[in-house]
Order: sequence, then C-alpha cells, then structure tokens
Amino acid sequence: MTVKSLAEKLNLETVCCPCPEKEVSGVYIGDLLSWVMGRAKAGDAWLTIMSNVNIVAVAALADTAAVILTEGVTVDENITATALAKGVNIFTSRNPAYETAVDISKLI
Amino acid sequence: MGEPLVFTFNVDGGDFTSAGQASVAVKKNLSQIGFPPEVIRRVSIAMYEGEINMVIHADGGVATVKVDENCIEIVLADKGPGIADVEKAMQEGFSTAPDEVRGLGFGAGMGLPNMKRYTDEMSIDSTVGVGTTITMKVNY
Repeated sequence: MTVKSLAEKLNLETVCCPCPEKEVSGVYIGDLLSWVMGRAKAGDAWLTIMSNVNIVAVAALADTAAVILTEGVTVDENITATALAKGVNIFTSRNPAYETAVDISKLI
Repeated sequence: MGEPLVFTFNVDGGDFTSAGQASVAVKKNLSQIGFPPEVIRRVSIAMYEGEINMVIHADGGVATVKVDENCIEIVLADKGPGIADVEKAMQEGFSTAPDEVRGLGFGAGMGLPNMKRYTDEMSIDSTVGVGTTITMKVNY
C-alpha cells in the first residue's frame, strides 16, 4: 500500500509528503535512533515520539517509507523543510504507537 | 572502472542539526551512480553512525568515501580522545555518550555495532589522546 493511501485510511495528519507513492511494507516502533537504523527495514513505517531534526536523516538513510509521530507529537517548521528537501514523508497520529501499528497491520 | 571516485567531507563537531549531511550526500551520489538500494543503505547508515560518533566524541573529523572496483570504502578519521577499550566499545549497549546526547535519541550504544553489522569489513585504529580512524568496506 502506498504511503498516501495509508495516511488517508488512517486519517493521519500530513506534516509533509514529498514521496506519496512509496510503498509501506512493515512497521518499526522505536525512539532510539541507532536502534532504528540497526533494526528497521527499508519500506517500514517508523512510529516514534522522537521529533528532533535527526529523525529526518535517520528516515532518509534507513529508507523508511514514512515517519509517523504518534500520540499527537508535532515537529518544528524547520524540520518540515529539511524533510521535504530529503524526500522524507512525515505524518502525525493522535493514537499511541501500538494502536497505530495494529491499524497499519490490518491494511498492508 | 578507471580511477576510483573519492568523496571527502569535513564533519563539524558538536553540531547535531547538520550531522548526517555527509551521509545523505553520499547516499545521493551512490544513487546517481546506480548502486543497488541495499548497498547504498548499508554504506550510508554505517557512515552516519560514524559521523554521529565524531560529533559526540571527537569534535568532528574527516569522512572519506572511495568507490573502488569491487567495494566501497569509508574512512572516518578524527583527532578526538581515542577509544580506551575497543572491545568494550563494540558491545551493544555500551556507551560513554553524555546525557544531553541521549535525550536526542543517540548514545544507545549501538553505533559501532551497527557499523559492523552493515559492513563487510571494519577496523578501528585508535590511540588514547591522539585520535581514531575507522575503516569500513562494503562489497558489491
């Protein structure tokens, strides 16, 4: 399923979505960046509450399909600009990580 | 392939907001050359972990990426404090990063293990008080 359809079906709020056609093939949940880089797979939706600018580099390098900030966490505007430049999709979910992951698993 | 392609980057110390620029640039370059996504992913993650380590521990350094005929070589050289016990530093979960760095999501003690995980060869040449040079190779 594409990032765009997933975001629509889950009613995620879009922070930025420069690559809407990326395929979501799994989920990884984590806030420690090196764990994410070590364990997340390319194409995963990465669920986190970490919202500093480094998540953009991590998402770009690990080839995750999208970053989904859970629990309604938001990001600064400067992060949005960096994410757009690096082709990183970012969304916000009001739900906790577990519920968001369960919802995604029903769709992919 | 004739002369190997070489990319060199200065990594600024203490600057977490721009950390990763070199790795992202390398990712883009390798992608333009046409490397498979998984090779690019391994190289750029290993390099980013090294970049972050240089920012946290060594006040920056120099990253060099060489595209050779059969492998991509990444050399990260710094003039930081050096690693006292390399074997210990390679253990997952061992970290000497300060608390403020952990607050950003780094310092989980996974950097060096990830660099080893994603590369085919890795060597650490470190002298306390002089600096550290890490050489990694990803075959393709």
